[in-house]
Parts: sequence; structure tokens; C-alpha cells
Amino acid sequence: MSLLSVDNLHTRYVSRGRTVTAVDGVSLTVAAGETVGLVGESGCGKSTLGKTILRLVDPAEGSIRIAGQEIATLGQRALAPLRRNMQMVFQDPYGSLNPRQTVGTLLETPLKVHGMGSRRERRAQVLDILARVGLPPDAAARYPHEFSGGQRQRIGIARALVLKPQLVICDEPVSALDLSIQAQILNLLVALKRDLGLSYLFISHDLSVVRYFADRVLVMYLGRIVESADHATLWRDPRHPYTRALLSAVPVADPTYPRAPVAMRGEVSSGPATGCRFRTRCPIAIDRCAVEDPMLNDLGGQHRVACHRLE
Amino acid sequence: MMYPLLRVEDLTIGFPAATVVHEVSFEVFPGETMALVGESGCGKSITAFALMRLLPPGARILRGEVMFDGINLVTAAPRTLRDVRGRTLSLILQEPMTSLNPVLPIGMQIAEVMRRHEGIGKAAARRRSVELLELVGVTDAQRRYDDFPHHFSGGMRQRVMIAMAVACNPKLLIADEPTTALDVTIQAQVLDLLDSLRRQLGMAVLLITHDLGVVAQWADRVTVMYAGRVVEQAPVRPFFASPRHPYARGLLDASVGHDGEAHYTTRRLNEIPGSVASAAFEHGCPFAPRCPVRIDACRLSSPPLVALVPEHRVACIVTAGTEHVPAVG
Repeated sequence: MSLLSVDNLHTRYVSRGRTVTAVDGVSLTVAAGETVGLVGESGCGKSTLGKTILRLVDPAEGSIRIAGQEIATLGQRALAPLRRNMQMVFQDPYGSLNPRQTVGTLLETPLKVHGMGSRRERRAQVLDILARVGLPPDAAARYPHEFSGGQRQRIGIARALVLKPQLVICDEPVSALDLSIQAQILNLLVALKRDLGLSYLFISHDLSVVRYFADRVLVMYLGRIVESADHATLWRDPRHPYTRALLSAVPVADPTYPRAPVAMRGEVSSGPATGCRFRTRCPIAIDRCAVEDPMLNDLGGQHRVACHRLE
Repeated sequence: MMYPLLRVEDLTIGFPAATVVHEVSFEVFPGETMALVGESGCGKSITAFALMRLLPPGARILRGEVMFDGINLVTAAPRTLRDVRGRTLSLILQEPMTSLNPVLPIGMQIAEVMRRHEGIGKAAARRRSVELLELVGVTDAQRRYDDFPHHFSGGMRQRVMIAMAVACNPKLLIADEPTTALDVTIQAQVLDLLDSLRRQLGMAVLLITHDLGVVAQWADRVTVMYAGRVVEQAPVRPFFASPRHPYARGLLDASVGHDGEAHYTTRRLNEIPGSVASAAFEHGCPFAPRCPVRIDACRLSSPPLVALVPEHRVACIVTAGTEHVPAVG
């Protein structure tokens, strides 16, 4: 059984009387101990998907099961005790840390909210998690602004992990960090996964990071998963025209690398109302793409693609 | 030997509280793309602003010379600067929305540049603006001339900024993180556009970026900055084949994109320990506190930029000491 199992999930926003379907029928699973990467460009719905799975945004329809339990329809009160098991690491740790609280208080609060341990035990847990994320014990007495960007992300990670969740959703956790700090945080996330047996849903626009960090990768375009495969397959043999365009656009840090022009027209917009959402930018679209919405189709070996040209 | 179009020498920039750019020297030759690369706070953007003499309040050029096209921009009079900016030397920034006037049609903003610098009439400026919009890939340019910035997507706004920047056929275009706010597919399109305009118009580009992939794919030469100093300078091929400064080596090793095959299950990423904040109180080499090959002498004085081979310069006494250094003359 998967730790996380999402089925036909929809999330809609209403903006000035117009309904926008940000997540449009997404199904995915994350197995225990697995890291699933979710890539796509801005506006594709990847962050909304992450927030919907954690019920920070309400789904319009569909199912979200964590360790077998349906949470899509639970009220916030019934949901509260289950939040222990599913936590989030945000892109901007500073924006998500209360500047008036010491790091010790920030880390102890989740434990208090969930009624865990005595005061003494909670303090011990705070010190334990600080050590695990590579911060000194005296960090507990300091405030978020006293730390650098990379250290703040360590605090953000500590706060997500202090409750010992099984599922951690990381939303662009290294995107705001300098390159030399990115490697530190990625190594830390790998070590924590190994030590604490975590599962990650890792959301990022950075394909290089996802390639390094994910076991399995989902590619999202305008609210839909258009391709999914294990990490080696996706980079060796990308099939969806959008995935191909996305991969070819990543600048390789090697001047001798022969770069192909990006085979894709225009820019992401709201997409056409019928058929395949990608067809207006697609270099290989046919008449059928305008009429019929492509479904995810298994090419074998769990490599799934939603494209009529590959059926 | 070709003469440089831009020669920056010993440029030192300070705020009242601290000096943020120390003795920066580099050159840009006609028609080339030079990348200025480094992490946030390394001084690359403020260097670019200093070239345009557009420093934020409080910041001052303390020392140094910026020779551009025969003019020393550090001492040039405001009137001279106004004639240079937007004509022979132009600038595009990371966030095109904040550099465009939100209440003026975009075509008019492009036309304004040419009317100011070339004194051409309204109708001619409009005609030229439409041509420029077509040149940068805005479809239906005639109609879009009258659209406002908010009608355009981020990538399209950056194209409009580029049209404005190249309107007067500049000799040098400074592009400060021009694609950092854009998606990766749009980034490739915009940088390809800049590159083809560079060739067509014969201009040089000073490309400021934090992204080594962008440097490798779109630059001819690279200048690496760390904590306000130039630490390495080279053509891109020798640089990526064998970066010489320990910081540059560390950056490439830490980059997930460099070894495309790397996966967390098989290889741990190399880290650069600590953070750039450690450079603040350093008297010697700013990278010494994080450097894996430092020796005691690194802490004594900041290392000069020396040429290992004529075009490959590095500011590291350990590297310079272990490699044959031809006499610089």
C-alpha cells in the first residue's frame, strides 16, 4: 500500500467570477521511503497540488489517502491529529517562520499543539532535531533573522520534521538558495530521509535538482500530469513533447554540449478549452488533439504518457 | 590585437558602512558575450549599476576607472552620461515589469528612446518601433504597439525591454539576470534572441547571472566574483574544462547540473562548507574560511589576479604557487 495515494484530484479557484481549475484530475502515489519529483513551469498547478494534498487548500473533488485513510473530505477538526504525519517545507523559510519567536519556541510549538511529551521531553526533542539538521544547540535561543538563508531553511526543515512525519512535501526547498548552499540542503534532505525513513513529494521547477533527488518524476502541465517515469527513464527517453521541450531548455554547464533549439511555440497560457492542453504549443499536434483529451497511457515499466501521438 | 570596448580597472565601490566591490578589473571586447557570475551579494549587480553610474543612494565609486568607447564613465559629466545611456550603452534588468512604465503603451516607450537619442520624428519612431517589436519576436507588432505592459506575459515583456535596449544599436548591452524570473523554456528563447541580436547588430553583451549553465551555453568568456572580488577570469571552454580557483571548482562540483548522471542514491553532492558571511571579517583571501586548500599565507593579504596562461587569470596564491606562472608583462 502506498503511503500517499491521490486519485482524480481537482482544485478550483474562483477569481473575479471566473473559475480556474488549477489541479485538473491528478492521480499519483508516493510509496513509503520513496521520493517523487513533481516538475513543471510556473502556473502549472504544482504548488496548488502540494497544498491540496496537505489540505491547506480544499479540493473540489477526488480522493487523498494517507496511510489508507481518506482525508479529502475530513473537516479541519478531524484532520488536526493527522497533520502530525504530513508536513511541508516551503521555498522561503523566512516568510514561514514567525520573526518574534525564538527558534526553540518555533520548534516546540508543534509538539505542544499535538500534546506530545512533557516540557523536558519536548526540549530534548527540539535539541535532537536541531542537531539532525546541523544547527548548534544555542540556535534555540536565537531568532530567525539572526540566521543566513541556508540556516533558515535548516530551521524550516527542523520544524517540518520535529513531529516525525512520514510524508514531507517540499515546495521548491532550494530555489531561493545560492548554489553553494543548495548542495548542503540537498545532502541534508537525503541524510534525513535515510535516518528517519521519510517519503518526499519534491516540487520544483529545476529539472537538474529533480534529476538528482527524485526516484520517480511526474511532469505537470496546466493542471495535468502529462508524463511520469522513474528518474533514469525520464531523462534517457522522455516521450511527451512538453517533457522533451522542457529537458532541452535546461542549460547544461558544459560549453561543448550541443544545445538543440527548444521545440515548442509560445508561452503557457490558460490553454485551449477542448482536447489536449498542450496542443497549441505542440510541434507534433494532429487534428485529433483538438477534439479528444489524451489520457495517461502506460508504455510499459510504469512509464506513462498522455499524448495521442504515442498511443 | 583587438582593443577592448569596455575596460574596468580597479573599480572599488563602497557604502558608508562597508566596501562592497574591491579592485574589480575586467574587459569586454567588441561583439563578445562576457558573463559576470557569482552568488547573491558577490557584487556583480552593483558593478553593473556602477558602469551605468546608476548606484543606489549611499553607494559611491571610491577608486578605479571605467573606460567605455573612449569615455571614462567614472568621471563623465551627467550630460555625457545621458547621451551614452540607452544609446551606445544600454541595460536590461531581471524584472521587466518594474522597468517598464505601466501607464504608457509599450510602443511609445520604445519610440521615446529613439526620439531622445536620434531626434527622429513621431511617425518614423513609430515605424522603427514596430520593426523592433518584430525583430524581437512580438507577433502582430503593429497592433501590439498600443498595448500596455500588463497585457504582456513575463517573457514577452522581457522581449519588449530588449527591443527598447537595442533601439539605438548599442555597442554594449548590460543584461542583469535577464531570465532569472522566467521559466526555463522561455529563458532559452530569450537568451537565444539576445545572442542572435548580438550577432546581427554586432554588439557586445555583459551578461550578469548566477547560473553556470547559462554561462556555459551563452557566454564567450567568464569573470567569477566572490565577496566583491574577481577570483577567476577565462574563456568558457578552459574554465568549464578546468576551473582553477577553489571557489569556482567548488561551485561546479556542488552543482547538480554539472554531472548530469549524478543521483542521490549513488553520489553525495560536494558541498562548499559555511557561507559567504565568513568573508566579512577576513583580511586576506575572502574565500579562505571556506577553502579546502588554504594555507596560512592566505590569511595575510588578498591575492592578486595573476595570469596562469595569457587569457586565464586566477586570484589564488595556492593555485598560482603550484602551477607554472609566466611573467606577466
